[in-house]
Amino acid sequence: MEKQKVQIDHKDTVIKIRGLKKSFEDYAVLRGIDLDLYQGENLVVLGRSGTGKSVLIKLISGLLTPDRGTIEVLGKDVTKISDKELQELRIRIGFSFQNSALYDSMTVRKNLEFPLVRNRKNITRAEIDTAVETVLDAVGLSQTINQMPAELSGGQRKRIGIARTLILNPEIMLYDEPTAGLDPITCIEINDLINEVQQRYKTSSIIITHDLTCAKTTGDRIAMLLDGQFQRIGTFEEVFNTNDERVKPFFDYNFIQ
Amino acid sequence: MDTVNETSASGNAKRSGFKYRLGVFFADIYKIHLFIVRFFKEAFVPPFEFKEVIRQCYEVGVRSFTLITVTGFIVGLIFTKQSRPSLATFGANSWLPSLVSIAIMRALAPLVTALIASGKVGSSIGAELGSMRVTEQIDAMEVSGTKPFKFLVCTRVLATTITIPLLATYTAFIGLLGGYLNVSMYEGTSYTTFMQQVFQPLVYLDFTAALIKSTVFGFTIGIVGCYQGYYSTKGTEGVGKAANGAVVTAMFLVFIEEIVIVQIVNNFR
Ligand SMILES: Nc1ncnc2c1ncn2[C@@H]1O[C@H](COP(=O)(O)OP(=O)(O)OP(=O)(O)O)[C@@H](O)[C@H]1O
Ligand SMILES: [Mg+2]
Repeated sequence: MEKQKVQIDHKDTVIKIRGLKKSFEDYAVLRGIDLDLYQGENLVVLGRSGTGKSVLIKLISGLLTPDRGTIEVLGKDVTKISDKELQELRIRIGFSFQNSALYDSMTVRKNLEFPLVRNRKNITRAEIDTAVETVLDAVGLSQTINQMPAELSGGQRKRIGIARTLILNPEIMLYDEPTAGLDPITCIEINDLINEVQQRYKTSSIIITHDLTCAKTTGDRIAMLLDGQFQRIGTFEEVFNTNDERVKPFFDYNFIQ
Repeated sequence: MDTVNETSASGNAKRSGFKYRLGVFFADIYKIHLFIVRFFKEAFVPPFEFKEVIRQCYEVGVRSFTLITVTGFIVGLIFTKQSRPSLATFGANSWLPSLVSIAIMRALAPLVTALIASGKVGSSIGAELGSMRVTEQIDAMEVSGTKPFKFLVCTRVLATTITIPLLATYTAFIGLLGGYLNVSMYEGTSYTTFMQQVFQPLVYLDFTAALIKSTVFGFTIGIVGCYQGYYSTKGTEGVGKAANGAVVTAMFLVFIEEIVIVQIVNNFR
């Protein structure tokens, strides 16, 4: 499915990062990140393994704390707000983990229910069931509802992981390598799902990937993480119209063989 | 925010040498201390996780019930059997029920229960939380708006603290039953007489001490299991380490606590 261009208002930022730095021991992973995510757009983050892409979205959701810099999400600085505010903010952000992170001890149904039951105190059984069926249907896996995560394939787990974050109707989605390790057909399905989520739920998303087809089909903008900074940001063509030896291999490997 | 450095129990300095290990040891003690403080800070503030605590209590009970039944019975039976000859040399066979009851109530029941629970419950808590940590399920819980410490750790620690004293009471009962089987076989004592003799030497302090002891053991097993799992390091190897560490540390601490509590209680006799 071709990407339908979405009209983006460049004034309306949902995530605003300035001067973000993060080191582990003496290894500086992120060395001054500036980034804006605009309302309604899909932003793809590219970068080599170990450049800190996962670290970046963990910082955004407050799972890690930065050494320096500010991270404003939906108007609130995640490094400065109280635990309670952070918890409320997190409900508005969907986080799809690199390895799905489904709760092993629960069935698919329980996995999907968990965020709802925990966060919406007065919800009825019927409302829960409807919500679960709706998101399962959105990811096309209605038949797996009573299975355990261990019984699912990697691609199915990924989609259930996405469904679990969708159930709270997040305003922002963070996808960590949604297509990694999946066959081409499943990849296409996931790409379509990401675009569908963008249109149906009006979410703004950050999509981390190594897969340029995914980047091209889902991304309104591409940001390239090089040496701990975003050195190239723009449309797909703008980013790859270069002879930079650190950028070219991504393109060559994906499209010319 | 206290989410910093939750992923690893110790730093990345040179991983060898006595000095490094000593450092890790004290760092661990400090971190366990913080862990316990955090437990008390979070466990008793609303909203309470009653449903989850009850579910965990049930898990603790189910996991250790069979083994405790078998072990408790055998310990009671064997202890009685082995004590008989010594008492017989003084012609004091009639003291056997009293001896058995004191041994079981004061020492064996809480200790046996705690050791079995360390093995069965402590290790499974360590493994469970460890695998949730390494597969990022704990992070997933955190970002979906549920506090994992409260939901996973506090509930499990409360569950072991509540359930293990109950299990110890059950072990004592089963152990006495084992003792009764042996006594009735040799002396033909009736059940009522046996029970009368059992309760005769026991004082109020014995029950309180046993209760306090097993509560402390339960708390220890829960805290150690959760600590090992919650801070387990990345990789599947970390899960095994967490499970193993939970058993070894819990058993070690249970013995130390046993000695300390016995000393304290004896001051009140
Ligand atoms: N909790 C942590 N403690 C210590 N170091 C960490 C931690 N998390 C990440 N790192 C380090 O930060 C660097 C970046 O990790 P990150 O997971 O963000 O990479 P990535 O860009 O997502 O790579 P990949 O594409 O392989 O997923 C790595 O060198 C990693 O060792
Ligand atoms: Mg990653």
